[in-house]
Amino acid sequence: MKVVVVALAVSTSFLAVSVVLAQSRNSDTPATGAATQYDPAIYAELQKAPEKARKRTNPLQNDPEAVAAGAILFEQHCAECHGDAAQGGKKAPSLRAVEVQGATPGAIFWILTNGVVRKGMPVWSKLPEPQRWQLVRYIKSLGGPAPAGESPASKP
Amino acid sequence: MASLCRIVLLAFFFLSLLSVFLPPAALAQENPYFVAYDHYLEEPGNLEIEYFSTFGTQRGGNNFHAFWTEFEYGATAWWTTEFYLDGQTTFNESTLFTGFRWENRFRPLKREHFINPVLYVEYENKNGADKILKEVEGHDVDSDFLISNAEARKEHIHEVELKLILSSTFKGWNFTENTLVGKNLSNSPWEFGYALGASRPLSLKASAKRCTLCPQNFIGGVEMYGGLGDRRSFGLHNTSQYLAPVLAWNLPSGWTLRISPGFGLNDNSHRFLMRWGVSREITGFGSMVSRLFGGQQ
Repeated sequence: MKVVVVALAVSTSFLAVSVVLAQSRNSDTPATGAATQYDPAIYAELQKAPEKARKRTNPLQNDPEAVAAGAILFEQHCAECHGDAAQGGKKAPSLRAVEVQGATPGAIFWILTNGVVRKGMPVWSKLPEPQRWQLVRYIKSLGGPAPAGESPASKP
Repeated sequence: MASLCRIVLLAFFFLSLLSVFLPPAALAQENPYFVAYDHYLEEPGNLEIEYFSTFGTQRGGNNFHAFWTEFEYGATAWWTTEFYLDGQTTFNESTLFTGFRWENRFRPLKREHFINPVLYVEYENKNGADKILKEVEGHDVDSDFLISNAEARKEHIHEVELKLILSSTFKGWNFTENTLVGKNLSNSPWEFGYALGASRPLSLKASAKRCTLCPQNFIGGVEMYGGLGDRRSFGLHNTSQYLAPVLAWNLPSGWTLRISPGFGLNDNSHRFLMRWGVSREITGFGSMVSRLFGGQQ
């Protein structure tokens, strides 16, 4: 009986928390697409990519649909931390920064594959390789800081 | 008491489902396994709520339907913690709440390798009527479930379970091997078991259009699992073994559906197990809870 009461209490707590969370969901995201400033050291992980990985070229470089597919993947898997327009959020840096935009496709692919586990970036090798390359195409297509108010829908 | 349990379990399921409907969700990229684990942990701060069912046939007894609910939380990028609540219905007998489990998975290596280890530690507090078959170990056999619920529930089991998960991803395929050791803390020998799995998305490239039925949303595969005896009698003798095709469908709405018909490979195994499950991932759960209690994150 005691266990049953505990089970009910746990589920009720989840319900209560969920309701409150649903109310506050939008306050987490910056209002505009303006890039957040980050300590450049945070991008140092890109430099850790081995030479061989850095030199890899994107096999989908000429795929006309890669950027559009990458945009959808980004929204589904990355926007939560990096922001809807990749401008950065509280948990993860901007992907529009020069450090990222200047990195080779191979280095970005390497970060996606290996994550930065100790700093909170998960391993994304569970996405098949072609999907990671599609993401790289999208990230490289972003260019510099997003104009204010830009949403992912306005991307390719 | 049985009817009370039934009502409470239904209420629990209903409330859990309600909680799933409300908050924001993200597309999950979940593996299709029911028993095996791969090396991918829950994304940090995300909560996944899962409900699973196992229908099993029983030689010389009543068939059963066992079910469990999982709350899986990504504490960090290298640590996932899960809480389970288990129950079962044995046809022509009763419905029971059978216990809870607390599971933790740790990723010891910083980078991705050809073989990626994950360490798994679980504590189980359940009764003898537990039938979810989330793992098969030692000399677990079909005839263990012939004991009536009224009798089986009197046995209290406190068990610790350790697993070494070794998982690889190669050309879109995931291959995983889990070795398991478990010990009932009430002076039973260490028991051993295993699970193997292989799976692959139906398409490796993502579509440029939003779609529900795109092949990349489906992951198919197979898993095999069974007991390996205990410290006193290691091996396949008097153990049960299963082979099960698995299929997961990751919907863009954040839901994942899984299905798996399982087949017993020897006379000690249940002839047929039908498993299905539904889950939903809630993003940013940790941050929102933190905010709820006045935190900044």
